[in-house]
Amino acid sequence: MRFTWWKLLSIALLLYAVIGGLLLPVPELTQLGETIRNLYFHVCMWFAMMILFTISIIHSIKYLNNKRAVHDIKSKEYAAVGSYLGILGYATGAIWASYTWADPNNPAYASFGSIMREPKLIGAALALLVYGAYFILRNSITDIDQKARVSAVYNIFAYAMLFPTIWIIPRLLPSLHPGQEGNPALNFNDIDARMRIVFYPAVMGWSLLGVWIASLKIRLEILKEKKFSNE
Amino acid sequence: MNTGKQILALLKKDLLLERRQQHTLYGILLYIVSTIYVIYLTLDDPDAATWNAIFWITQLFICINAVAKSFLQEAKGRMLYYYTITSPIAFILSKLLYNAILMIAMSIINLMIYTAMLGNPTANFLSYSAIGILGGCGLGIIFTMLAAIASKALQQASLMAILGFPLILPQLMILVRLSKTALGEIFRNGIPLQMISLLLAFDILIIILSVILFPFLWKD
Repeated sequence: MRFTWWKLLSIALLLYAVIGGLLLPVPELTQLGETIRNLYFHVCMWFAMMILFTISIIHSIKYLNNKRAVHDIKSKEYAAVGSYLGILGYATGAIWASYTWADPNNPAYASFGSIMREPKLIGAALALLVYGAYFILRNSITDIDQKARVSAVYNIFAYAMLFPTIWIIPRLLPSLHPGQEGNPALNFNDIDARMRIVFYPAVMGWSLLGVWIASLKIRLEILKEKKFSNE
Repeated sequence: MNTGKQILALLKKDLLLERRQQHTLYGILLYIVSTIYVIYLTLDDPDAATWNAIFWITQLFICINAVAKSFLQEAKGRMLYYYTITSPIAFILSKLLYNAILMIAMSIINLMIYTAMLGNPTANFLSYSAIGILGGCGLGIIFTMLAAIASKALQQASLMAILGFPLILPQLMILVRLSKTALGEIFRNGIPLQMISLLLAFDILIIILSVILFPFLWKD
């Protein structure tokens, strides 16, 4: 492992987020109880996913600008790690929901139908579907340069369409998620100060972890490419 | 304006081809009639919400078929020829315009056959058709850009549908909501106008993105 400052920082931040997240005091909400600690995992992973997708699209734009293959590799790997974090975020959300929204004994109980119509779930599913389609597109083109170009174009197109979508859909549907009058976790009235001290470092920690994993995959991919072109 | 003339020339070429060959038009017409007939046989006097939902589903499928036929049938050599004579912006704008016109025609036909077979529970038919046509246009232009992307890949038609489904979902949701105004549901003042401007903003966003990104797809 190359010892860089940000890798050590990510380890430190994540250790802090996990230990502090589980031990530090949290505000008392009767519906959620202690499960609110999942915020540090579930929401932070979504944020980290967004950040990684943003880095992916920046590399796509760079690829279209100067056509260096390394940018294509980077945009693909960041999208891959972002999708993986998205799936984890979905899973942590599902676990959380099984203790709150889906548990009939919990005051925050909601029927399965209304859970599936929850706008944030729809937005999340759309994001995962878009990037799933991105990987299918990449696999269905055989010529390398064309593959890189077309997937870069789709990446930019889909990202630019995705963000208005995620912004619009919550406004069209009633929601179970808290804080619907604005962007919830960024709504400064909504998140308690006690949670903020763990939340923001956790977002940074998860993002840095994502970047670390992506950088390893990129290095591996570049080594593979070099090996193939030298044979 | 050179680009404007190019756009009009390309558009005229597409419309002329359509009028002469006509297999696209009749193919989609047959598709519309078959789909609506199947729906007619399976649904027994649908209520307004179901009627609305199925209408938008038929719009979606017609759009996919129509746009797939228009873009993915160009032969390889033809694209090279276009590359030498025109600019990518003119090409994509003419395609967008052509598919918008095609979708307007198809939406009108769809609406007529749909109401003929499945009844008309709308309170205000004129506004429902206007929304239907606007929605058809919006779906058409998004699928045009996606067809341009998918035309470089192997299994093109199914890929277009895969790429397209997540991206049209917000438009579809807004359209279904909006068409409820025509079905008699009362909305707060200004909300329908807000939704229409959202739709138009989406369409403009798609057009701008297509114009910016298509030149990169252009070079083969």
